[in-house]
Amino acid sequence: MNLSILWERSYAVSDTSSTALFTHKAELVSTIVHPAKRLDDALAYALSACVEKEACPMLISGCEAELSPPAEALCETKRGKIIAAPDLDATLREGFAEQCDQAGIRLIHEGLRDHLGGIDIGITWANWGIAETGTLVIDSTREEIRLASMISEIHVVLLPVDRIVGGADEIADALETAMRDPYNYTAFITGASRTADIERVLALGVHGPLELHVLLLGDD
Amino acid sequence: MQRSTTLKGYRKDVGVALKNEFLRKAMDNFAVAYRASRENAFRELDSERLIQDVAELKDRGIDQMEALLDQFIAVATSKGVHVHLAKDSQQANEIIATIAAESGAKRVIKSKSMTAEETLLNPYLEIKGLDVTETDLGEWIIQLRGEGPSHMVMPAIHLSRYQVADLFTDVTGAQQSNDIEKLVKVARRELRQKFVDADVGISGANFAIAETGTIGLTTNEGNARLVTTLPKTHIALIGLEKLVPTIREALAINRVLPRNATGQAITSYVTWITGPAPWGGEADGRKALHIVFLDNGRRALAKDRDFSQVLRCVRCGACANVCPIYRMIGGHQYGHIYIGAIGLILTYFFHGRAKARNLVQNCINCGACKAVCAAGIDLPSLIKAVHEKILGEEGHPLTNTLLNRVLRSRKLFHGLLRSTQLTQRPVTTSDGYLRHLPMIFAKEHRFRALPSIAEKPFRDRWATIAPSVAKPRFKVALFSGCVQDFVYPEHLEAATRVMAEEGVALAFPMDQSCCGLPVQMMGESKAARDVAIQNVLAMAAERYDYIVTLCASCASHLKKGYPKLLADHPSLADKAERFADKVLPFSSFMVDVLALSSANYTGDGEAVTYHAPCHLCRGLGIREAPRALIDLSGHRYAPASEEETCCGFGGTYSSKFPRISAEILETKLKDFQATGAERLVTECPGCLMQLRGGIKQRGIEMEVLHMAELLERRRK
Ligand code: SF4
Ligand code: SF4
Repeated sequence: MNLSILWERSYAVSDTSSTALFTHKAELVSTIVHPAKRLDDALAYALSACVEKEACPMLISGCEAELSPPAEALCETKRGKIIAAPDLDATLREGFAEQCDQAGIRLIHEGLRDHLGGIDIGITWANWGIAETGTLVIDSTREEIRLASMISEIHVVLLPVDRIVGGADEIADALETAMRDPYNYTAFITGASRTADIERVLALGVHGPLELHVLLLGDD
Repeated sequence: MQRSTTLKGYRKDVGVALKNEFLRKAMDNFAVAYRASRENAFRELDSERLIQDVAELKDRGIDQMEALLDQFIAVATSKGVHVHLAKDSQQANEIIATIAAESGAKRVIKSKSMTAEETLLNPYLEIKGLDVTETDLGEWIIQLRGEGPSHMVMPAIHLSRYQVADLFTDVTGAQQSNDIEKLVKVARRELRQKFVDADVGISGANFAIAETGTIGLTTNEGNARLVTTLPKTHIALIGLEKLVPTIREALAINRVLPRNATGQAITSYVTWITGPAPWGGEADGRKALHIVFLDNGRRALAKDRDFSQVLRCVRCGACANVCPIYRMIGGHQYGHIYIGAIGLILTYFFHGRAKARNLVQNCINCGACKAVCAAGIDLPSLIKAVHEKILGEEGHPLTNTLLNRVLRSRKLFHGLLRSTQLTQRPVTTSDGYLRHLPMIFAKEHRFRALPSIAEKPFRDRWATIAPSVAKPRFKVALFSGCVQDFVYPEHLEAATRVMAEEGVALAFPMDQSCCGLPVQMMGESKAARDVAIQNVLAMAAERYDYIVTLCASCASHLKKGYPKLLADHPSLADKAERFADKVLPFSSFMVDVLALSSANYTGDGEAVTYHAPCHLCRGLGIREAPRALIDLSGHRYAPASEEETCCGFGGTYSSKFPRISAEILETKLKDFQATGAERLVTECPGCLMQLRGGIKQRGIEMEVLHMAELLERRRK
């Protein structure tokens, strides 16, 4: 799916009830949902989230706990704050890179494999939102998009409100079309990475992002 | 992982598990929490409809398994996927090891897969010199401990944070705290390194979509995404039952699966992978994607009319979550590799008779699993059917054979009961069915006091107490069941009086016998069928408006079991259906048919709590009538928490696994005491025997009554 079509348009406020339902369901699973009138606002939000975010050593990802030597070594590779935005349009990216630079943050859009120890923020588009479950549908066939949503500590997702559908069945045809391609990797993402494997106590951020933020584009 | 070869050995293992306090507490908390979260997850939905949909679409998929497989192979292969078909576990493991060897792999990372547990893939790969790391937190923990999973969804549910902290201290060589949040982050960072280093990623899959050659994976942690992304080679091991025609079926299943598994509307991640995706480890790289389908008996199962249902299972784990036995003994004792109700069944088909032999006997037939199964599988019946299959293959024990003979002749059976009354001593061999009746319990039954056989059974009293009712509103035949007839004739007498006063003409057909459920439970369906025929003929349903029984187990067996048992009978199939239509349990008859009026009852609104017999609430779906009767008869219904949880009796079950039965009872009694009520009412003589016995043994101040007795006392 060509996402550049999405960001070039102005975002109409669409079906408010499904937007409200999406927000409600997403928040139930600890997703942080914010309205964003324009794309600029969304990027500014991501930037300030990165500025405010504590750098790795103090982060809840647990850097204070000692690890085995190889795992420690991987952590050492993570230096300075990084935002990855693999599917932002190039012109948009330039302006954003400048803002990031001024804040002392590195903006990258490729080469995420060099940062497997972790990046601070990954920004990606969502193709759809599913209201019933507060789910984001992200075509992650490009590996950089996949990685941005996996190895970031905070994943920021841009979701145009008119891409929100009621239930997953409404996008079955579209999914099937995408799956007819020779290759495709589509992710449904709902909330942050989670586990309850130790004593059934919920803990966020086990292998994937510790936080998931959704910016509803076109919402007031 | 249960591997004991003898029942005695199994009982011993179970005994050890029962003493594991952490496990017991964890399981108790889980059982209660699960119920609430499942209810919450389905609140806005019609769960029965959704489950029915899953059952139907899975059945269609099972019917078309071969065609779906061909289609999947053709489509996926055309996209450059390497598709393999393994006939059994050994072959699957070989295929996977060969792929790893050919790609020069040394390090393997895995995401959770029950199918890989089934084939014992990890030990195999390790023997082949590969370094295998599980990346699902729970799986990693049990891998490090050298254990199998104790739950299909939460594999380390049997462990405490302290055990995990000790383990992680060992693994990292640095002291780790007991803080769960921190332990999770330690795993995150330790495992990240493993992801980076790995050459091969192995996953399972929840769906294999034939139309597009897509696989779907549901996870919460996000490890499966890394497993399928970071290393160049991805191998997915998938049971053939995961094949579905299109994405639509997968989405329909996915509406039920997470809700039923963990009470989540959806898991954090659902990943759909079609063809070899780009791989960034080299310029213009693409993944090497291998899909290994596992047969291991599934193709034969798909064609097996009696058991193909088993393949509907979507591995949500719910059948364990609600099982009273699982709750007491945990997953390591309640399955070989697959756990819970479905585990008992799958063990036979995937891992053989020897592994299943003991397990299939450890089901109390409470029906809790069936009531929540995501795929509507009739699990308790299938467990019994597997038990029977095993008996057929290994020979029926002598006690069963004896019992069959005894039960087939009502006169012989009743004669035996009468002579037992005289001696009150064991009459059959140590494991005999007659232990199901109260007089013959051995010392392991001392967790409850037991009643003796009545001096005069109900059938001998009938001639003198039979009421005559002028201008009756209904004609009703009483079906007593053997426990009520021979142990609690007073319940039947009370019911007779109460019903006669409401204008019911009663009959007690003398040729009726045991309903046959106990033999059915022992895997003797042939004897069960013979007894069913006798009873259908004896009761002569055509002469009555209703057939009323005071035993919930009899009621459910007569109503649901008989039509099934006699479905193929050339002349009695229809008759059995008509008979079953007329069967009603006592409270349902009193409330739904007679519309009992509270005007005839006096009372001060004394609190009475209630135990819902499994066969009444789940077996027949009767929930409101007994509660209403408590209120109508001048009492106040005081609900106990977990009112519908089994009491632990289960007929022959309580003599086969007395310690489990005792522990279940213990939990129940605490719930009743918490209500503050001094009277407890129920509607099944088996439950009553268990509850009364437990209360007496412990000296608890509480009276246990049958519903009929409760009514009789307050009748004006
Ligand atoms: S019927 Fe009851 S005891 Fe048997 S497996 Fe199902 S839940 Fe467990
Ligand atoms: S048998 Fe039913 S409840 Fe048990 S795991 Fe399978 S689908 Fe879930």
